Amino acid sequence: MIRAENLIKSFGEHEVLKGITTEFYKGKTNLIIGRSGAGKTVLLKLLVGLFTPTSGKVWYDDTDFFALSKKEKRNIRMKVGMLFQASALFDSMTVEENVRFPLDMFTNMTSKEKLTRVNDVLHRVSLDEANHRYPSEISGGMQKRVGIARAIVLDPEYLFCDEPNSGLDPKTSIVIDELIRNITVENNITTIINTHDMNSVMEIGDNIILLNQGNIAWHGDNSQVLGSENEFLQNFIFASPFLQRLRNSALKKS
Amino acid sequence: MILNFFHNFGRYLTMLWTAFSKPEKFSMYYKETLRQMNDIGVGSLTIVGLIAIFIGAVTAVQFSYQLDGTLVPRYYIGYIVRDSTIIELAPTITCLVLAGKVGSNIAAEIGGMRQKEHIDAMEIMGVNTAAYLIMPKIVAAVIVIPMLVAIAAFVSVIGGYAAAVIPQLMSEAEYIQGVRSFFQPFNVTMMFVKAIVFAFILTSVPSFQGYYVKGGSIELGQASTNAVVYSDILILLADYVLALLLTQ
Ligand SMILES: Nc1ncnc2c1ncn2[C@@H]1O[C@H](COP(=O)(O)OP(=O)(O)OP(=O)(O)O)[C@@H](O)[C@H]1O
Ligand SMILES: [Mg+2]
Repeated sequence: MIRAENLIKSFGEHEVLKGITTEFYKGKTNLIIGRSGAGKTVLLKLLVGLFTPTSGKVWYDDTDFFALSKKEKRNIRMKVGMLFQASALFDSMTVEENVRFPLDMFTNMTSKEKLTRVNDVLHRVSLDEANHRYPSEISGGMQKRVGIARAIVLDPEYLFCDEPNSGLDPKTSIVIDELIRNITVENNITTIINTHDMNSVMEIGDNIILLNQGNIAWHGDNSQVLGSENEFLQNFIFASPFLQRLRNSALKKS
Repeated sequence: MILNFFHNFGRYLTMLWTAFSKPEKFSMYYKETLRQMNDIGVGSLTIVGLIAIFIGAVTAVQFSYQLDGTLVPRYYIGYIVRDSTIIELAPTITCLVLAGKVGSNIAAEIGGMRQKEHIDAMEIMGVNTAAYLIMPKIVAAVIVIPMLVAIAAFVSVIGGYAAAVIPQLMSEAEYIQGVRSFFQPFNVTMMFVKAIVFAFILTSVPSFQGYYVKGGSIELGQASTNAVVYSDILILLADYVLALLLTQ
């Protein structure tokens, strides 16, 4: 479990997050949703400690993350996997070397064991043939999957995904969502996902917070989305007239 | 401005402090250091050799011009070429050139990794990025650059020979007599001390420039330029300070 306690983050004059308090649960896919520029990436980077909050705390179970020493932070981070919005694959390494990097750095496995592990996770994300290709030689969707493979190769307890399905077609996007969902449930890890994809919200939204203007405008799960009268939520999820008509007819039927 | 200087100097020291902490995995650092030694050392051999030949040749030609018609014996030219390259020209000019070649490369490499979030990705894995990305470069340079400088000094003497003896500014015997006169082993020590200090400067300063780069490709270009300019200035400053300290 990860808990944010009154997180405030400003860049100069610009206050991006104005006091976020919420919990992200273990074994669930926790979603942070909101318009582009709402502060999703900033919140995620605060939670993993890439940004320091202007004020407020982040708890990993019973540990106050920002009170830790650099070394203790690194120990927590070994239990963290993260998929970046732009994948952040090491571009002078092949796919296999990318996924193997955490193993090289932190385990004493033999190269054979490492290769087996790498192939396992690559198989997990349905990338069996890509070992020796470079990130620039594979598609955006494949890069995301390599990013996921690299994030889960050390069996993390916490998984962070920044827009795992932005820029992907709906089918691939669903495949990736299901993948993350399965990993979360099977390994019983705390997963936090940034998204503005409404499919994801409805399919894997076990616990959802909606960010708006630096505050949490709505909080709930996917079963509550359709029926909610929250204006921000409705404007966000059912953004187009078409989707609004769809919602109305769905509500009429039920 | 002064405040800014101390702010950056403080960050530089903090970065170095973090960079020299215990490696997560010795073998990864070892491999990376070897790779850097190859890049910096083998990769710079040609240019260093080329420069060294000309340093020696120019020194020989110019001193024979300057000493022409004086009472100074001509074999002194061999002696002057040897000592001026060992004490000053080989370490300083080689390292100024390497600051341009190796330094700009390091700033661009690390800065690119910062901008493309590679450093963040490594941090999330729990890697001490200041250490993994910077320490192997500094260690490799501090080992390899003194070797390059020694080679440069040696090649310079040969360059001097070619420039002095082939056009018959003096005889081969005179040049060699000069090269073998008044040898002081301490000068070689001085050369190595300078090379080590310069090597440290021309890797740590560009690392700093790259590691804290912000913005986009324009800033990356600036960081790379600053890396070279600051390294060059600091190398010359250190050269002066070392000259004062070591010749007392
Ligand atoms: N490093 C930074 N320095 C200054 N301002 C920043 C920085 N990072 C983010 N911001 C500001 O914070 C706000 C939120 O940005 P953020 O990247 O979190 O949005 P987002 O919700 O992730 O959007 P998107 O869906 O487009 O990725 C933006 O107004 C942005 O300008
Ligand atoms: Mg974002």
